[in-house]
Amino acid sequence: MPDPVTDAPFPSTSYSAPDDTGHFGTYGGAFVPEILTPVLEELRAAYKTYKDDPDFKEEFRHHLREYVGRPTPLSYCDRLTEHIGGARIYAKREDLCHTGAHKINNTIGQIMLATRMGKDRIIAETGAGQHGVATATVCAKFGVDCIIYMGAEDIERQRLNVERMRLMGAEVREVTTGSETLKEATSEAIRDWVSNPDDTFYIIGSVVGPHPYPMIVRDFHRVIGTETREQLKEVEGRETPDAIAACVGGGSNAMGIFHPFLDDEGVQLHGAEAAGQGLNGNHAATLAKGSPGVLHGAMSYLLQDREGQIELAHSLSAGLDYPGVGPEHAYLRDTGRVTYHPVTDEEALDGVKLLSETEGIIPALETAHAMSILPELARNLAEERGEDAVLVFNCSGRGDKDMDTIATHV
Amino acid sequence: MSRLDRTFADLHARDENAMGLFLTDGFPTPDATVPLLHALDRGEVDFIELGMPFSDPLAEGRPIQKASARALDHGVTMQDTFDRAEAFRTESDTPVLLMGYVNPVLKYGIDDFCRDAAAAGVDGLILPDLPPEESDMLTEAAAQHNLDLVFLIAPNSSDDRIRAVDERSTGFVYAVSVTGLTGSDLDGTPTVDQYLQRAQRLVQQNPLLVGFGIKTHEDAMRLSRHTDGFIVGSALINRIEELWDREQPPMEDRLSEISAFARRLKHGDPAPTA
Repeated sequence: MPDPVTDAPFPSTSYSAPDDTGHFGTYGGAFVPEILTPVLEELRAAYKTYKDDPDFKEEFRHHLREYVGRPTPLSYCDRLTEHIGGARIYAKREDLCHTGAHKINNTIGQIMLATRMGKDRIIAETGAGQHGVATATVCAKFGVDCIIYMGAEDIERQRLNVERMRLMGAEVREVTTGSETLKEATSEAIRDWVSNPDDTFYIIGSVVGPHPYPMIVRDFHRVIGTETREQLKEVEGRETPDAIAACVGGGSNAMGIFHPFLDDEGVQLHGAEAAGQGLNGNHAATLAKGSPGVLHGAMSYLLQDREGQIELAHSLSAGLDYPGVGPEHAYLRDTGRVTYHPVTDEEALDGVKLLSETEGIIPALETAHAMSILPELARNLAEERGEDAVLVFNCSGRGDKDMDTIATHV
Repeated sequence: MSRLDRTFADLHARDENAMGLFLTDGFPTPDATVPLLHALDRGEVDFIELGMPFSDPLAEGRPIQKASARALDHGVTMQDTFDRAEAFRTESDTPVLLMGYVNPVLKYGIDDFCRDAAAAGVDGLILPDLPPEESDMLTEAAAQHNLDLVFLIAPNSSDDRIRAVDERSTGFVYAVSVTGLTGSDLDGTPTVDQYLQRAQRLVQQNPLLVGFGIKTHEDAMRLSRHTDGFIVGSALINRIEELWDREQPPMEDRLSEISAFARRLKHGDPAPTA
């Protein structure tokens, strides 16, 4: 079966989640106010039509190639590999995508859907600002109005991205309720959507939210994994690595690289989530410490108190600072297909340093969480599978936006 | 016959429309809730929606968002809400529905929640982020404990959708007046009338109540022409906030003003003597 969007080989045949109603096992679904039910139905119908439409697929491929700069390289990290002393490590270079992170794969796909559906007003939420920038970028490119909801605290710590969005003509709306971070920005974006369901398209930035978003966002990011397969075949003579590591906030870059490998049982999949100041302190380790519940339209793991009130997440990385996680990750956690690792702020900062010094790549703080689980994984893999073991990590974004934070802490 | 069914049957027999009022539990203070519920009773409310506060209320405009946050700042728990519903029930036969978001209900445990709500004298549930498609987990437990389960329709709901919601609802069907949040401004165009006429034609099994954005008696009369009654939330919350935070008359006067506010919504101004 070919990939519905990119026509790249689609090796997964037995894994078929979500079901028709958008459930990944008991997770996912669409827990939304009634006003959004017809809107989501319209989106499901549009996606069903366009994902198999040759013109749509050709245009998507065209933008990914000519605008985003795909395929992104799969860089062999020789000095990092040597430094750690274990499996051979490759970095899938999503940091080299236009705008500096994988996020734009999804915003290109969604704005193509939006314009075909006749929506001329785009809204989005952003935490680190990477999704906001990727949305503002495609709105400028497609000539559509763009409103970005962003928490006041995130505006403060991601100034550079705010300026980028404004330069490209987006209106950045400051959200001052609650924790003033991604959770509240998402709530405000949903409230805007409830108030303007006819003309507005909500470009969600991760594999979260009500059905069909977790599936759509994943599908637009699958290109990360399908390219990885092709590139590995070229450089290693085999399509599958021994393991893949990616960071997980909402979890879009991880789903993008994991999904084409879910049926390859020999491929270990590892997600790194933000443990902030540690699992006993303030953190955002939803899969390690959360429990199932409903937030922002989907059933998944959440950080919540005993009354079911949503708790505030903490991570030095604004992109991981969210008390929920994509429902597909909740499902993959429970089935055991993916192993999730909590990574503290401090460990992530060590990851930034290590990749910067050994490979000359300054990763985003989000990406650095995946980076910091590599040493242990690489050594274990070499022990279990030999020196030829291959470990791919998704270098999901570049660190320029985090330089202030990094400079303060390193 | 449920308490809510009886209320609607009585109103129907008298050819009157129902007035439902929404109050967030624990707002403006936990101590104020039960006296406020009684004040609404004296203001001739026909049924009460007691709001269960939630940290992330997606469908709410600013007034109810703020009321919810304030209640949570007071440390309100689900058990507190049940206790206050029960305290009200011992002295009043007015139907009470709990309204809120599904996550605290899931956390409490669906069976336990339905059992304890029913034991507290609660008559039904309204959960705006639990559409019929996702509600299987709740319907059985609610029915077992004789709790009505009210679902919502909106101006952009299709005819088929409205029929399906009517099919799944018990107690009544809640027609959201506007494509917007609670407390939004009402649409002045004929669109809302056309929508409510359509809803009136399609909703056959339940009373049809309209809510969201109703601020005055005139709003209520205009919208309830095509329905069996109306619901007011944000306007009441705003009036309470004014009384408690700014005007601050003696407590007795605050409560009697809330009763008068409810009567004005129902009968217009000046309020007839009770």
